Amino acid sequence: MNIVIMGCGRVGARVAAIFDSEGHKVTVLDIEPYSFRRLPANFNGTAMVGNGIDVDVLRRAGIEQADAFAAVTQGDNRNVMAAQIAKHIFNVPKVVCRIYDPLREELYHTLGLETISPTNVGAQLVKDAIEKA
Amino acid sequence: MYIIVAGGGKVGYYLAKELLSEGHEVLVIEQSAKKCEQISEELGSIALRGDACETTTLADAGMARADMVVAVTGDDEDNLVICQVAKKKFNAPRTIARINNPKNEPIFRKLGIDVTVSSTNIILEHLEAELPTHSVVHLLELRAQGLEILDIKVPPNSPAVGKLLKDLPIPANSVVSLHLSLKHGPSIPKGDSVIEAGDAMVVVTTPENEARLKEVLTGR
Repeated sequence: MNIVIMGCGRVGARVAAIFDSEGHKVTVLDIEPYSFRRLPANFNGTAMVGNGIDVDVLRRAGIEQADAFAAVTQGDNRNVMAAQIAKHIFNVPKVVCRIYDPLREELYHTLGLETISPTNVGAQLVKDAIEKA
Repeated sequence: MYIIVAGGGKVGYYLAKELLSEGHEVLVIEQSAKKCEQISEELGSIALRGDACETTTLADAGMARADMVVAVTGDDEDNLVICQVAKKKFNAPRTIARINNPKNEPIFRKLGIDVTVSSTNIILEHLEAELPTHSVVHLLELRAQGLEILDIKVPPNSPAVGKLLKDLPIPANSVVSLHLSLKHGPSIPKGDSVIEAGDAMVVVTTPENEARLKEVLTGR
């Protein structure tokens, strides 16, 4: 698979490293080159500096040939915008978007985006762990 | 009308001021406490502190009865989400987004924003109108029809100079609607109008045909 990941924070870098180690072609985007320190030394993919809500940057990152796109920056709105561009402008088959705000996540989920809210998921895990003990 | 302005920076502030002076009911949503205070001091208590992307803030702002939402923050992604939340969650009748990156204009339209205003494009258009080397000036965009109105100046070295209008290969979906002749003043162009150097033509065309039309009239 050809995967473009926007945001090289802890999650982005980890996802990139996993897919890379499984032999997929990975391009990871971040506006801050310092973020790429999180990638493992044996990372074979491409690390590219640029803003993922700019269509030209996405094109350079190879979004037109991508099988999947993940928006995992710190900004909910940036993720929402980039994910919608990937889905509706470039017709990427698989688009995943992280949204911290549960209300916004619910809205964009009903609008057809594949969304993940770490807030909801994390809260549920913590609750389950407490109840299990 | 009740108008919600998201973003209390310079654009938001002056917009709210103008709208108030026209008698509209206005609420400015702004995250910075300092800016909110400033707006309240100068324009009255019309500022609400909060994140306009959050549904709770918009609900507090009385989004359900708003006639229009104008998102004028400095970030395109925020303006997009504000308008989408207003539209999809609250059925806002009309949403207007300010755009900084001109390339985002078609994207916003495709994603359901009613009107976009690109500050960068507006400044660019004024610049190109002032630059003598620019032979094509964008006068107006007729978005609903997918057409635009251009003012094209015919330079002395243009292949069109000395020719009749009917002999020019004007592309499809294009109408030369006004001939501004240096010698004879303005006129409605006819097939036998003679194009001369320094004349300007006001043309209705589609964005796709713009380059071809420019070539026909200016040779560039």
